[in-house]
Amino acid sequence: MTTTPDADGAPPEVSEADIAAMHDDPRFIELKRTLFRFTVPVLLAALAWYFVYVLMSAYARDFMGIVLFGNINLGLVLGLSQFLVTFWITWGYNRFTARHFDKQSADLRDDIMNGGK
Amino acid sequence: MSILAQEMSDSNRILTIALFMVMVLVTIGITIQGGRTTRTATDFHSGGRGFSAAQNGFAVAGDYVSAASFLGIAGTIALYGYDGFLYSIGFLVAWIVALLLVAESLRNSGRFTVADALSYRMKQRPVRTAASIATLSISIFYLLAQMVGTGALVTLLLGIKEGETFLGMDAGAAKVVGIVVTGLLMVAYVAFGGMKGTTWVQIFQACVKIGLAFVLAILVLAEYNFNLSALLGDAAQASGQGAAFLEPGLRYGTEVAGDSLQTLWNKLDLISLGLALVLGTAGLPHVLIRFYTTPDGKTARKSVNWAIGLIGMFYLLTLVLGFGAAAMVGKEAIIAENPAGNSAAPQLSQVIGENIAGSTGGAIMLALIASAAFAAILSVVAGLIIACSSSLAHDLYNGVFKQGKASGHQEVVFAKFAAVGVGAIAVVIAVFAQDLNVAFLVALAFAVAASANLPTLLFSLFWKRFNTAGAVAGIYGGLISAIGLVIFSPTFSSTPTSLLGEGVDIAWFPLSNPGLVSIPFGLICAVVGTLMSKESNPSRFASMQVRALTGAGAERASTH
Repeated sequence: MTTTPDADGAPPEVSEADIAAMHDDPRFIELKRTLFRFTVPVLLAALAWYFVYVLMSAYARDFMGIVLFGNINLGLVLGLSQFLVTFWITWGYNRFTARHFDKQSADLRDDIMNGGK
Repeated sequence: MSILAQEMSDSNRILTIALFMVMVLVTIGITIQGGRTTRTATDFHSGGRGFSAAQNGFAVAGDYVSAASFLGIAGTIALYGYDGFLYSIGFLVAWIVALLLVAESLRNSGRFTVADALSYRMKQRPVRTAASIATLSISIFYLLAQMVGTGALVTLLLGIKEGETFLGMDAGAAKVVGIVVTGLLMVAYVAFGGMKGTTWVQIFQACVKIGLAFVLAILVLAEYNFNLSALLGDAAQASGQGAAFLEPGLRYGTEVAGDSLQTLWNKLDLISLGLALVLGTAGLPHVLIRFYTTPDGKTARKSVNWAIGLIGMFYLLTLVLGFGAAAMVGKEAIIAENPAGNSAAPQLSQVIGENIAGSTGGAIMLALIASAAFAAILSVVAGLIIACSSSLAHDLYNGVFKQGKASGHQEVVFAKFAAVGVGAIAVVIAVFAQDLNVAFLVALAFAVAASANLPTLLFSLFWKRFNTAGAVAGIYGGLISAIGLVIFSPTFSSTPTSLLGEGVDIAWFPLSNPGLVSIPFGLICAVVGTLMSKESNPSRFASMQVRALTGAGAERASTH
């Protein structure tokens, strides 16, 4: 770190040009690609599964009413699956960032803040 | 049979009020402590940015789980079964958007408000003004929904029926007192405690409401030996609807026999609601500004992990509470107490308490759940007030009128007065609007957030060509279309439950939820606005994206 933040926690002195320059660095391009390759398909799949569920609640009610066991029907199980998918994605993203993102991103930040490579 | 009213003696009310007073004293203590170390604008708006992932996760849960969730969803499930669950699911799945796209990037590229991130690579004044108007609209709609609901809740939780009096107050006076007390507390939390005090209050209240909901749900499940199927069977039988109670269709997207057009509108309305719920959360300003209270983007993202765990657990509990109330309290008893079903969870707690320890047990459980509901109201309205006051002070006063030249001290002083002003206006409107049906305001807040905020926020972070004209067009397009369509929907006129009643009919838009139209419209406005303007700033986009993904040059935590 070249400077210390003031009491208001203002950002340290680093020029916009230094930050912008990193945008064309191959390592940044790779980081961005790795991140979007995870987040975009996962997000689209999660939203698709959610809308399938909402659409089935609207238009496939007999199907949702199929009883699996006791009083547990398919609608309830698919609803609970939305919770499981959300928890699973959260866990998966946490694992992904720990393996492929956090260190790489911190390295690039340190490079920018130290003004050199 | 009205359980609450018949058995609610004055001593029970005093127990409820005593627990409420304990909570008020604890939260005021927390506020004073938080205010003591609030010196700078960063302290006031962002709590010094020193909160850990777990702390912010709890505070986000406190900020997000409103009384509408706590009592409303449980009540909807109790009365309509399966359909109430759709809300729980939408409110939770929405967090994936915040987790994957928004939390870390926003924390890294903004400072205090949503407008900071939106205006980063744009012309400051027009974008800040638009973003601030969107923030204020969303937060004030949400705030009014909570405040008006508060009046009814106070009489409900204290069990004051029409025609009864308690401490000399009839139901009408108790409603006003409830709204005013809530208003005073939320303003006090924000004006004296800033974001630090508010955050700790929200952490405390999240523990109270989620903890008590958890205890109640366990006690309900214990009645059925933890057999969910048996609970559902009892609920379906007690509802008089049989298996249909456990299937979709009793509340949303209802099928009207012989009217296929109305059936179509009802089903599209359900899809429209689902769309707004899942895309709205990641555009709610009072939730988004919480990410600025963490030291860095990674911590902001990890706080979403905590929030998803807590919020997900809570919404699973609503399922047990709702079906539990259907089975153990019964539809007639719930409707007799409150036609919207908001009393289902408190009534359930009383029944459970009575099963365990007689009428004393019932009174204690009821008082506990009532204070959990108060905690839910207070933590959410405090979050909304700080979102309004930050945006008024940082975006409009400093950013637009002073062009960024006001000192941090001036901004904080302005923010405190803004908190008092917004709080006073909200109290006055809530008192006069308390007999209106304003439940639609929550869905409207989500629709505006999804139509005006989310598309522009995502374009701003990820679309290189995006520019000032696109941001301004996207925000106003989404905002005006969402509000406009609601004004011309059945929510506003043409039905007995409309805001203006049956006598007025200007409802040419058939859906109560505007999201299905206003979200694509906001998106198209942002795209068209962008392409019609030649402005483009590739180097600023480059620096914003590098900041968002690496945290380079991001705001640091306070050092004192």
